[in-house]
Amino acid sequence: MKDVSIVLSGEAGQGIQTVEHVLTRILKNSGFHVFATKEYMSRVRGGNNTTEIRVSSERVRAFVDRIDILVPLGKGATERLKKRITEKTLIVGEGEFIGEEKGEKIVVPFLEIAKQVGNRIYANSVAIGFLSGLLGAERSAIEEQITRQFREKGENVVRDNIRAAMEGYRRGQEFSEKVGFDVEKDPSIKDEVLLNGAEAVGLGAIAGGCNFVSSYPMSPSTSVLVFLALHKNDFGIVVEQAEDEISAMNMIVGAWYAGARGLVTTSGGGFALMEEALSLAGMIESPAVIHLAQRPGPATGLPTRTEQADLNLALYAGHGEFPRVIYAPGNIEEAFYLTQRAFNMADRYQVPVFILTDQYLVDSFYNLPGFNLNELKVEKYTVKTSKDYIRYAINEDGISPRGVPGYGEGLVRVDSDEHDEFGHITEDFDIRVRMVDKRLRKGETLKKDTIKPKLIGDENYRVLLVAWGSTLEPIKEAIEGMSGVALLHFSQVWPIDDSVVEHLERAEKVVAIEGNATGQFANLIRQVTGFHIKDRILKYSGLQFSVEELKKKILEVM
Amino acid sequence: MRLDEYISKDIAWCPGCGNFGIRTALMKALEELNVDPRKVVIVSGIGQAAKMPQYVGVHMFNGLHGRALPVATAIKTANPNLLVIAESGDGCMYGEGGNHFIHTIRRNPDIVNIVHDNQVYGLTKGQASPTSLKGFRTPVQVDGVILEPFNPIAVAIALDASFVARTFIGDVEFTKEILKEAMKHKGYALVDILQPCVTFNKLNTYEWYRENTYYLKDHDPTDRELAFKRAIETEKLPLGIFYINKNKETFEELSRKGDKTPLYEYKVNFEKLKELIESKKS
Repeated sequence: MKDVSIVLSGEAGQGIQTVEHVLTRILKNSGFHVFATKEYMSRVRGGNNTTEIRVSSERVRAFVDRIDILVPLGKGATERLKKRITEKTLIVGEGEFIGEEKGEKIVVPFLEIAKQVGNRIYANSVAIGFLSGLLGAERSAIEEQITRQFREKGENVVRDNIRAAMEGYRRGQEFSEKVGFDVEKDPSIKDEVLLNGAEAVGLGAIAGGCNFVSSYPMSPSTSVLVFLALHKNDFGIVVEQAEDEISAMNMIVGAWYAGARGLVTTSGGGFALMEEALSLAGMIESPAVIHLAQRPGPATGLPTRTEQADLNLALYAGHGEFPRVIYAPGNIEEAFYLTQRAFNMADRYQVPVFILTDQYLVDSFYNLPGFNLNELKVEKYTVKTSKDYIRYAINEDGISPRGVPGYGEGLVRVDSDEHDEFGHITEDFDIRVRMVDKRLRKGETLKKDTIKPKLIGDENYRVLLVAWGSTLEPIKEAIEGMSGVALLHFSQVWPIDDSVVEHLERAEKVVAIEGNATGQFANLIRQVTGFHIKDRILKYSGLQFSVEELKKKILEVM
Repeated sequence: MRLDEYISKDIAWCPGCGNFGIRTALMKALEELNVDPRKVVIVSGIGQAAKMPQYVGVHMFNGLHGRALPVATAIKTANPNLLVIAESGDGCMYGEGGNHFIHTIRRNPDIVNIVHDNQVYGLTKGQASPTSLKGFRTPVQVDGVILEPFNPIAVAIALDASFVARTFIGDVEFTKEILKEAMKHKGYALVDILQPCVTFNKLNTYEWYRENTYYLKDHDPTDRELAFKRAIETEKLPLGIFYINKNKETFEELSRKGDKTPLYEYKVNFEKLKELIESKKS
């Protein structure tokens, strides 16, 4: 088998995330491609959380239902996975946790081994070692990673954890031949980085010149706030945890007004509170960058799960009419480059720019070669004002030069009321019309920077799948080798590039695939182009599509 | 550049409104401190008081109802070289923006917070405000206000705001002097200005304020307990500087570790970014 899917399952607080973190790095540094994604409950302790780690000879970036190795780390840990456990699943762990599931079982007394080494708390290291041994990871990679993980806890802890891992490793090796996994190593993978979507958004923000972040913590968007806070001192970024989302969004609008590059990171419920200030940004023509990590709603919904149901929210948020840009990165690379781009676009067109991700994307990670920083530029469009500076000068492209207070001789006067060119409050009906027209003209101008959708798969397609955001990689894997099928993937969902029509018209059948219950993007396409996508594969359970599920459903509609 | 240049000439306030006096006091304070208008930003919310920046020739951010303080905080942080004034009415600052009022005091940005406190909602035509007195009858509070009024001075002192003052616009000169002190003060400075609403508040008139206020004399503003005692007086409302705490660091100093460079001059350190990405190899 060239691609192994490992699922770790246990209670919150048991250290699954540590196992995931350490094990994926050991495997990557041993020369394997890795992908990991998690789903977890909205609680601090207990419950049942799972992490899937795929280990492969080739790049792997999607969630699969198949479980090759299941590691239950507690009682009842297999309960929610019953449907995914087959005769082929190898279940590894304590005798009492393995239970009565089908599948081949290997009893490994992680706790017992840990106790022998010194302390039961080393059980996770035994598991890490066992899986590393089973897959044939490098010993040096294990030592290095465990050292890194426990360094701060002192030499003894490091030493004991390594001993625990090595004991696990030895046992894993014993089984490896019997099991016969055949994932080939490629030493060059060691030089690659391992990132999750949240880190990619955070890095993209830094690369985009972000220097002001204010947010209110909300799953699953908080990890971006945490990432930027962790690195704020290295990059001189102001990071503020605001009293509420209302304050957070007003703060970044104020920050942009004074010449900073502000970001909020939030989720649907948090963004609902930011709508008011989004509308403010629309009126005063302020740039704003909003990372909205989607989770299922309405209201509190499923706080820690995934969905793609906030497209309409981002699209229509804020009262009144004003232009905006919405990016929906499909994978970690896109999360980085689009976030970087968002800051330049916001600055250039003086509009709010969204990065619409979801829990699946921000919490998943895989190895990648890194990013090409050489071609990235922080484009600044603010002007030095002259004495007679006019903030809302009416012009052809709708983009009035934007000054900032203190830079130049002019005064920068902005108003949430309808205003004249000077920014002064007005109730003149003619000026109102001219200002609305100016703002909407800007919306037309920014269309020239729209990212075209990508066509992936059979160029001579009969069936065209239309998708956006984080379903990119699962669909790509699902249609691998299928002839007559292509995916048209949108990483910018507003405005939509005009080229979409020709793609749609060339197909015999068009199928929308979305992580929501109503097909919001398909509806948007109909609204913009008049093209009605009847066939829709929709999922809204709170989980991402698995590759198998997609394959089956795509074959069904074909 | 002068403060009365480059402004909206059509002033939307009622004749006799206290806002005119506040405008005079504000402009005189800026002039006497010799502040360059190009270094001043007035941030306001919504309401008649919030129209102030329309009529003063400085940088203006007329934002949303209740939201002046987060915006002002961010502006000051993004460019600590600016003099930032957040100005609005009692409904905007204490009602809609109550949460921001509390948390701005906690943050202590070096801004001046001017509140036009006329104890009524003017622009929406005469409903009670958070500071309206108990029993005050309005078209909405038909039986009279049933709640105790919000006491901004006591709340600010309780939160250890770094500068807390109250004035009455019947005395423009006094208000101007207090505003000057607030502008010179480093840290968050609240100036609650009692002002009549000549159209909708027939209770708290110029005369009422004259009769129901007195000037703080021989008051030590560094004594917080004393300040609090004065703040909860309701028989007659004291005017003056209640409290000053000079020992507080400002939000922008703390959040930027003393760096005052305007953030518009910021450059990304791509070398460090490269290192950070590299660090993700293990």
